[in-house]
Amino acid sequence: MNRTRLGGWGVLVLVWLGLVALFGTLADHFLSATTLTTVASRLPALAVVAAGMTLVIIAGGIDLSVGSVMALSGAVLGVAVVQWGWPLAAAIPVVILTGALAGLGTGLVTVGLGIPSFLVTLGSLEICRGLTYAVCDSRTLFIGMAIRPLAQPMPILGIPPTVPVALAVVVAAQAILSRTVFGRHLVAIGANEAAVRLAGIDTARPRVAVFVLSGALAGLAAVFASARLGSADPNAGNGLELAAIAAVVIGGTSLAGGSGSVVGSLLGVLVIATLEAGLAQLGASEPLKRIVTGGAIIAAVAADALRRRWEGERG
Amino acid sequence: MSAPAGAVVLRAEGISKAWSTPVLDRVSLHLRGGEVHVLMGSNGAGKSTLAAILGGLVPADAGQMTLGPLPHAPRSRAAAETAGVVMVLQEMNLFPGMSLAENLFLDRLPSRFGLVDRATLHRRAVVALERVGLSDLDPRMPLARLGVGKRQLVEIARALDRRCRVLILDEPTAALSARESDLLFDHVRRLVSEGVSVVYVTHRLDELPRIASRVSVLRDGRFVAEHLGGDVAPGRLIEEMSGRSAPQGSAAESPPTRDLVLAVRGLDRGARVRSVSLEVRSGEVVGLAGLVGAGRTELLRTIFGADPASAGSVRVGDGRAGLYRSPRQAVAAGIGMLPEDRRHDGLLLGQSMRVNALLLPGQPRAQSGWIDRAAERGAAEEIRTGMEVDCTSIEQPVGQLSGGNQQKVVLGRWLAAGCRVLLCDEPTRGVDAAAKGTIHRLLREFVNRGGGVLLASGELAELRAICDRVLVMAGGRIVAEFSRGWSDEEVTAAAFHQAGRTPARKTSAVEAGGRP
Repeated sequence: MNRTRLGGWGVLVLVWLGLVALFGTLADHFLSATTLTTVASRLPALAVVAAGMTLVIIAGGIDLSVGSVMALSGAVLGVAVVQWGWPLAAAIPVVILTGALAGLGTGLVTVGLGIPSFLVTLGSLEICRGLTYAVCDSRTLFIGMAIRPLAQPMPILGIPPTVPVALAVVVAAQAILSRTVFGRHLVAIGANEAAVRLAGIDTARPRVAVFVLSGALAGLAAVFASARLGSADPNAGNGLELAAIAAVVIGGTSLAGGSGSVVGSLLGVLVIATLEAGLAQLGASEPLKRIVTGGAIIAAVAADALRRRWEGERG
Repeated sequence: MSAPAGAVVLRAEGISKAWSTPVLDRVSLHLRGGEVHVLMGSNGAGKSTLAAILGGLVPADAGQMTLGPLPHAPRSRAAAETAGVVMVLQEMNLFPGMSLAENLFLDRLPSRFGLVDRATLHRRAVVALERVGLSDLDPRMPLARLGVGKRQLVEIARALDRRCRVLILDEPTAALSARESDLLFDHVRRLVSEGVSVVYVTHRLDELPRIASRVSVLRDGRFVAEHLGGDVAPGRLIEEMSGRSAPQGSAAESPPTRDLVLAVRGLDRGARVRSVSLEVRSGEVVGLAGLVGAGRTELLRTIFGADPASAGSVRVGDGRAGLYRSPRQAVAAGIGMLPEDRRHDGLLLGQSMRVNALLLPGQPRAQSGWIDRAAERGAAEEIRTGMEVDCTSIEQPVGQLSGGNQQKVVLGRWLAAGCRVLLCDEPTRGVDAAAKGTIHRLLREFVNRGGGVLLASGELAELRAICDRVLVMAGGRIVAEFSRGWSDEEVTAAAFHQAGRTPARKTSAVEAGGRP
């Protein structure tokens, strides 16, 4: 299993290097510090949301509310810093807690009432977006220099401090998944919940916990996104759930649950971000960018399905 | 019914079939025109398999069949139906969300210009429903509103509407009330008078006088006897179905004189489990016998907390008596279960043997939530060696292992968990003979170390091989108890008499409401 996983990661790295080489050849200034900064500033928010999404999907669920939860957490951040004058260090924990609470609500309803998480999060997507507008009165809150430094490139490295934080989150999430009992139970629940329950293992708590985690990471993403823009936008995170699911799927996680990896999802995020940055450098129009990105998602999933079929025949 | 003198309509000669083990061994059946030919036998005798071969559901491995003058070798159920052999399945394959009419005619909906012709459909449906006495039902109502019994009648109506020469009914009354059964018998008699031949699979003795024109008895996949007419002495049939095997006390070495490890008192779960009380002592394997549907699986699941009990109590060792609301509580109290369907309820098929063998609450080799990978591998290797699991490595997905090795993985999990009581539901179903012996030995070793086992099996040979005592279930109750030295005949009689609702207790059966 570990060998196949490393093999899957290797393929993704190769795809990513291929994209870098392709755009490096086609566009004049692709291999530059500017591109690195652009990609590096957009990456952290999507990477941490995709990490949470990966765990949810592996456990057999899905979280469509991450974009709205991120916007709601961002609105709380804006209000706390701008209107209440809180220091950032005090606001950030509250922001992450906001996301975690939204996830707790989703998890309790999903598990408690036995409703598919697809439907519950479809509802909480709307609820959280509405709450966002209510919190910030439908206006963008300018936070400005209180938060911008988080997204400014650090000297020498050329990447903002949010990047190492996001990478640390991905590594931690991968460790939770593959090295802890909680992670093992998430995989098992996604593979066959009935068998897990009959093995005497509690399935309710891990299933709620994974939504809390996903919500908290959406809250962290709100900090990253606000830092990049210097403001809290109530329309932030529109369609974020789809980008995150795409990254997770490209990263090799099964939508049916029971298998996958967080590192794979990070590579999926890298592939998507590189594709978008490269197409922008080539001067591709917005419609073309979306068509190519969509095609890439289908190609990735098709390649994965073919690989599995081939392995299935062999094994 | 009187014996008819029709010519042979459907002739099956030397039919053999094996799955992992032989199920049918050179069985022949001659079905004559206008007769109801009953196939009798205990669980696993092969009667349903024979019916399925006639009906085109499964192909025979060997043997010939002829239908009238033509060879009969249907490749599918549809092909058999086209030839005029229609089978009504024991497990109904109907669609609850669709209307009765749509269920009846799904594979041949009348249409005009590509649209379903509703008027014709409903007219035909009314006729079809009348045929089974359901004329008071609106064919437009969804099937979901009907109970199990009426659904069975709809399934039968679906079969009757085809031009059939041979109708195969596989335990059709299992889900029917007495009144519905009467109605069904009327229809079967009418069909027979119209020249249809019926193959009727059952294990209920009380139905024979009412419907059979000929009875064939199967045992362990072999033809045993044929009787003309339905008035066969029940004792003789039971003897034929169970075979006369001398009592033999093989596997048990430890006398059950030790402490109680499991005490169940007055356990109830609706109509499936009714005031069951039983005890399992340390060092003891207690068997649960009974026909399909007697409530064995339900009893084990209810003890384990997988299904909710409505009353009663369960106690492990000196623990507190109570009911478990989830398997988690049962496992914490020291109970483990090998589920009947291990692929669906016991294993993560895509995951490795290592992950499956250690799928336990509070994974044993973990400290403060983190998995110690080296210790985990060691524990998995230990289970692999101790249980004699045949796999390429502990990383091989369990889905690739044989049934016997899969079962050893589940068993190894519970032994590693250190549970005191094991509930085993058909632990060796679909398991080859060698693995079966290993599993029995491992269970015996477990009880010799002080554990207790409650084991449900439809196979009397298995119960004989491993159990110190056998409890017989029927209709959700424990109706008899036998200690070592029982004969197949006694146990079968106890199970059948209750299932057939015939008041009889001519064996040494003890009413096992409480302690023996």
